[in-house]
Amino acid sequence: MAYIIRRILLFVVTVALVSVITFAVFQVMPGDPIRIMLGPEADETQIATLKAQLGLDQPLYTQYFEWVKGLFTGDLGQSIRYSKPVSELIMARLPVTISLAIMTLIIVVVVAVPLGVFVAQRQNKLSDLVFSTVTQVGMAIPSFWLGMLLILYIGMNVSFFSVSGYVPWTKSIAGAFGSLLLPALTIAIPQIAVKFRYVRNAVLEQLRLDYVRTLRSKGIKEKMVLYKHVLRNSMIPILTIFGLITAEVIAGTIIVEQVFGLPGVGKLLISSISYRDFPLVQGIVMYITLAVVFINFLVDILYSILDPRIRLS
Amino acid sequence: MKRNYWFKLTSLLLVSVLFLSACSGGGDDKGKDKDSGEEVAQEINVRMNDDPDFLDPHLATASISFQMILNMFEGLYSPETDGTLSPAIAEGHELSDDGLTYTFKIKDNVKFHNGETVTVDDIQYTFDRLMGTNNDEPLSSNFDNVTSVETPDENTVVITLSEPNSNFLYSLTALQSGIVPEANEGEHNENPIGTGPFKFVSYSPGTDLVMEKNEDYWKDGLPYLDQVTFVFQSDDQGAFMALQGGEVDLTSVPAHRIAEVEDDFNVNHQDNNSSLVITFNEDREPFNDVKVRQAINYAMNKQDIIDSVYSGFATELGSNMSPAMGEYYLDGLQDTYKRDIDKAKELLAEAGFPDGFKTKMSVSSHNTMYSDIAQITVENLKEIGIDVEIEVVEWGIWLERIYFGRDYDMTTIDLTGRPSAYEILNDYVSTNDSENFFRFNNAEFDKVMEDVLLEPELDEQIKLYQRAQEILTEEAASVFVADYQIVWALNKDLEGQKTYPFWFHDMSEVKFTK
Repeated sequence: MAYIIRRILLFVVTVALVSVITFAVFQVMPGDPIRIMLGPEADETQIATLKAQLGLDQPLYTQYFEWVKGLFTGDLGQSIRYSKPVSELIMARLPVTISLAIMTLIIVVVVAVPLGVFVAQRQNKLSDLVFSTVTQVGMAIPSFWLGMLLILYIGMNVSFFSVSGYVPWTKSIAGAFGSLLLPALTIAIPQIAVKFRYVRNAVLEQLRLDYVRTLRSKGIKEKMVLYKHVLRNSMIPILTIFGLITAEVIAGTIIVEQVFGLPGVGKLLISSISYRDFPLVQGIVMYITLAVVFINFLVDILYSILDPRIRLS
Repeated sequence: MKRNYWFKLTSLLLVSVLFLSACSGGGDDKGKDKDSGEEVAQEINVRMNDDPDFLDPHLATASISFQMILNMFEGLYSPETDGTLSPAIAEGHELSDDGLTYTFKIKDNVKFHNGETVTVDDIQYTFDRLMGTNNDEPLSSNFDNVTSVETPDENTVVITLSEPNSNFLYSLTALQSGIVPEANEGEHNENPIGTGPFKFVSYSPGTDLVMEKNEDYWKDGLPYLDQVTFVFQSDDQGAFMALQGGEVDLTSVPAHRIAEVEDDFNVNHQDNNSSLVITFNEDREPFNDVKVRQAINYAMNKQDIIDSVYSGFATELGSNMSPAMGEYYLDGLQDTYKRDIDKAKELLAEAGFPDGFKTKMSVSSHNTMYSDIAQITVENLKEIGIDVEIEVVEWGIWLERIYFGRDYDMTTIDLTGRPSAYEILNDYVSTNDSENFFRFNNAEFDKVMEDVLLEPELDEQIKLYQRAQEILTEEAASVFVADYQIVWALNKDLEGQKTYPFWFHDMSEVKFTK
């Protein structure tokens, strides 16, 4: 219980800090949302009318307090750019981003963990060297470029994949896979390149410990040693890393959604920033904060399941 | 076992992806699905760079919004492809001898998308709403000189002005006064209703705007398409691939990539009717000196910009008017400042800058052409001793600081085309505080622009507009570089795309040929 209260308090403090920082950035950032939206052709009369209607003639700190007030009643406010409630805009895009993030995580886990164990067994052999080299390349590839290559060589040639846009799951499961698989791969590949090395190192560290020698001397099969004992004991550091990946995957969706034209939260964030849509940016930042805090919370719980010595209190 | 299993699974996945990509061949197989189908769905996807600002035609301002929503709305008049006007909801009009009273007869067979016939009350309501007659918040300043809008009978509307305005009819298109039904009050942005060939279906911010055929459209037989979806994709590269992958049927493509699409798509060139200018803050030294502005005009190599930035698909300009404006355009001005470095140096010396000067050119990052042009400017002006530093800023900052704040030395921008010659040239009128960001100030120009509004005869108006263009050239108000073409690539099976001297994706006559 104490743990949960501490977590909630931490969340509130994080949210408060994040929103103040967003607010501070908006204070110093030039650009007027109405003028950006309407462009140079804007009619001064119309600008004045709109500003008054949307409360944008108020100073930003007043807008901020209005926003905080709304937050307590569960109201994230109204987007300036799209004239729609912020919560509605985010909810409409969540399925895209969540699907993309989950798919990416699955790909990363399914590939990076076995690969890490595989390479750990072959320390200092040729395959270790090959994979280490590939890793360096994988880490160095910028995801927007990788995305374009995948579109060009796979998306354009295999009709299963769509190169732009999103097909909802409710419309067609194959279509949704087709629209999400390449973006997920785009985020996953550099992540796999980094993460399998963590797995490799964690496994190697365990392999040096006494209990492994004991297991082997008892004649237990190497695969049992590796997957039943070593891997499980390596899970704590690996899990920490995967907690961190989630934040990186969410960051990755921001760029990849642009490249693949996916209507997700990341794409919304980019446009809301360039439009200086203060309520919308605040809303999305809240969502990202919530997601990251929540994942860390899950990771904490998993720790205690994997290693009973760790207590949540 | 386990290790082998994972290894096999990964290899299998890799191999199957490679196999699939190897045997499916070219990228046009999505298009083939369409070819083999018995009946082609009369539905198309049109790619747009950005969302509309508003769907309410009275709130919408950005050119890109009208590019889409003009399919849903009409005014009393409609702009035509050659820049003239034709009656839309109005049948025609009469103008009183003093040029103040316009009497419009209204068509009786025009219906809104909700099925109701358009009445004079709806027209009255539209203008009341724009002018803020019934509340105190006007939505537009275009009708400041309208003293009254009256409806003496059920098919007549009388609009009276406080002084003659030869440009007035141009404010009666859906670009400025789309007719909307009073019954839709409060819903104009969420659920827009107009009289255009297409009606609103749905809008998903950042994703798409869907419109469907208006079965009751007053022009018989139009439109052909059942559904038009405007898909928002800001990334040009992504849009290009979506076109090749068959996911969009119509998009603009960069001029240097025409070769990649001309075999598989129809390519249409549209004169943009815009004026791409390199311009200066004429409130600041040394740009307040006409000799300095002329020197820069002599030093700039416009052809170089046309070739390298637009792959040659642009028309050189000499003033702030494109040949797309037909009879309003004054030909020959483009030869006024043929490149002449000696002459430019001479003028600079006369202005008191024999060794040139240092200045800064601030350009927006939202379109790469601006930084490309800035780089050519730096090279060209270096030859006459002017040392230009480039500053690239975000579009929002450009608008705030340069366009509205006038805190800049030099910049470059494409001044969007409009159907009315008056509105194009009006940017340079000294009292037009909101648009004259060059701070150009010339008494003769102001006088000409005042006179043209009072001039009833078209021939005389044209002469005045041409004189206005001459003044801008003589005074070197900007470097008038070019009107670049927008290159459209569209599905080979589509025809009927019409292009206008402003941004409008007219879908009313677009159809599939098979």
